[in-house]
Amino acid sequence: MTPDNDWSTPKAMAIPKEGYFTPQQGRYGATYPRTPACHGFTIIAKIKPGTEAEIRDYGTRIEQAVAGSPHVLAPLQLHYLRWVLFDIGPDTYFMYQGIFDTDFDKYTEDAIGLFKATGVDTVFEKLEGFPMDWKTNAPAFIKFVREHQCPSFLEYGEYPYVTAGEIKKALALKQAFSSMLDQMQ
Amino acid sequence: MLPPLELDDIQHFLLARTPALAARYEFLTFDDGAAGRAWLAGLVDRVGTGGSVGAASPDARWVTIAFTCSGLRTLGVSDAALATFPEEFRQGMAARASILGIGGTGDPGQWLGDLASPAMHAIVILFARDIAERDRCEREHRQYLTTLPGVRLLSALDLEALPPFDGVAREHFGYRDRLSQPAIAETGEQPTPGSGPAVRAGEFFLGYEDEDGTPPPLPRPEVLSRNGSYLAYLRMEEHVGAFRELLRQQAGSPDEQELLAAKLMGRWRSGAPLVLCPDKDDPELGGDLQRTNDFLYKEADPYGYRCPVGAHIRRMNLRDTGENMQRRRMIRRGGTYGPPLPEGAPDDGVERGIAAFIGCVSLIRQFEFTMNVWVNDPQFKDLDNERDPMIGTHDGTFDMTIPKRPIRKRIKGLPAFTTIRGGAYFFLPGISALRYLASGESEHVS
Repeated sequence: MTPDNDWSTPKAMAIPKEGYFTPQQGRYGATYPRTPACHGFTIIAKIKPGTEAEIRDYGTRIEQAVAGSPHVLAPLQLHYLRWVLFDIGPDTYFMYQGIFDTDFDKYTEDAIGLFKATGVDTVFEKLEGFPMDWKTNAPAFIKFVREHQCPSFLEYGEYPYVTAGEIKKALALKQAFSSMLDQMQ
Repeated sequence: MLPPLELDDIQHFLLARTPALAARYEFLTFDDGAAGRAWLAGLVDRVGTGGSVGAASPDARWVTIAFTCSGLRTLGVSDAALATFPEEFRQGMAARASILGIGGTGDPGQWLGDLASPAMHAIVILFARDIAERDRCEREHRQYLTTLPGVRLLSALDLEALPPFDGVAREHFGYRDRLSQPAIAETGEQPTPGSGPAVRAGEFFLGYEDEDGTPPPLPRPEVLSRNGSYLAYLRMEEHVGAFRELLRQQAGSPDEQELLAAKLMGRWRSGAPLVLCPDKDDPELGGDLQRTNDFLYKEADPYGYRCPVGAHIRRMNLRDTGENMQRRRMIRRGGTYGPPLPEGAPDDGVERGIAAFIGCVSLIRQFEFTMNVWVNDPQFKDLDNERDPMIGTHDGTFDMTIPKRPIRKRIKGLPAFTTIRGGAYFFLPGISALRYLASGESEHVS
């Protein structure tokens, strides 16, 4: 691990308004930098009127999908997902915030495939402006995500740049040591 | 029963691997559309079709023709029609090199043969049974060009199989090549064990159902796009001296050097995969197509003690550790160029390498994904600071981790074993489309 990525030194990063320091092209457009809080996106979009209850129901659907198949979202290399509904004036907005370890653009087709499998796709269909032909039009899906992405201007990591995989390895190691100590009793 | 392929309307190139020991790629420019159309009209009957060319082809030479976006435009395809082709094809490989992770000494500004120039309009790919036949065809084509002053050769590359000509394809580092290729479901060909399910034709040819079931929308006009494919061309120099030097530096005995070479590739030079033969080469297994791909990673080798997670073949085909693998399949064609560097000889500075085409229907989803994520993403599979050790873009700042008990081996600052010397995106039209382009009808379609 390079000194810049030292997990033991908390780190904050202020990010320009564009969401990146120097433009770096990904397959579907500019890519966002890896920060001390890893990769991620914050998508905010207005929901179609009258769909709030349906959107909340998707929370349960995702919970059941993960319970039934705990590793269903593994390819996304997620740390956390947060789904929020909130009002601005008479309108209701949906915020989809994810923290993960891979640039979304890299795995965009995989992500869309997973969204189909888990039903995340249909929650997006409740958002205004979402391309309803997304199943055959991955670029349109990505365009929507990019247009509704609100880049952070500050990100902080108490244990910067550490991936979910590394965290799980560390916990597995701790568990293995505990088990070893048990065997020594 | 799957709908059959229109074999007589598909160029043979991605359908049949021909018994060629020599090849020549010629990159052409057209002064104007009329010149290009005249050239094409005189050649179209020589292009082999999927129906006429098979593995047991009696022919001595096989011709393939493909065009860049600027080539299609010069031939008369309107901007409105070209706008229906994918943006990545229209931009071309040079413009998207940074997305592929290609840079440094492989930057398009340094590419050879005018490959990054918008004046490069077409490629004619000649595969031949032997060098004499290749040279005969080269003379014939040269003679043909003298009758067409508006068509000029920008550059060419001669390719030859490497000795000992024992029926085994090898590249300059000495590894056995051509061990895996997707089987196309519609042809009825059965995939070899471990090669995954047969792949729907729509992953390789426009106009057919793909792995998602839905035929992707065809660029317009349909007569131009149907039965076509996209080709990504890469001319990749292999630095044989640097490769052998790394083996000498990092490993001791010849056996240890062979093991290290296997760890970088994921296979022994015989083709035997490390997952099946982790400690000792098994050349017989390496050459047995019924066995050499018959392995997975998740259960047999989750931590990469046998085949490192960053090894070339584990990046190129993730098998049961990847997602959507059927949507990333591609067909590779090509060969080696330049003289072999004798064992023990110092590097002679002569360019040698592989010049290959990767065929698919979506450059962005298939080829660019592979280069961007599997080859050149330093965070691939949590590796932190590694790229494909064989074909990744290297400048001495990336590493290679070789899992080993009790402590892994990490090679810091891996040198570049390969450098991209040129590349391009081509559209490989069907036979009707070649005739359509040659006819000039495309000039009248807006």
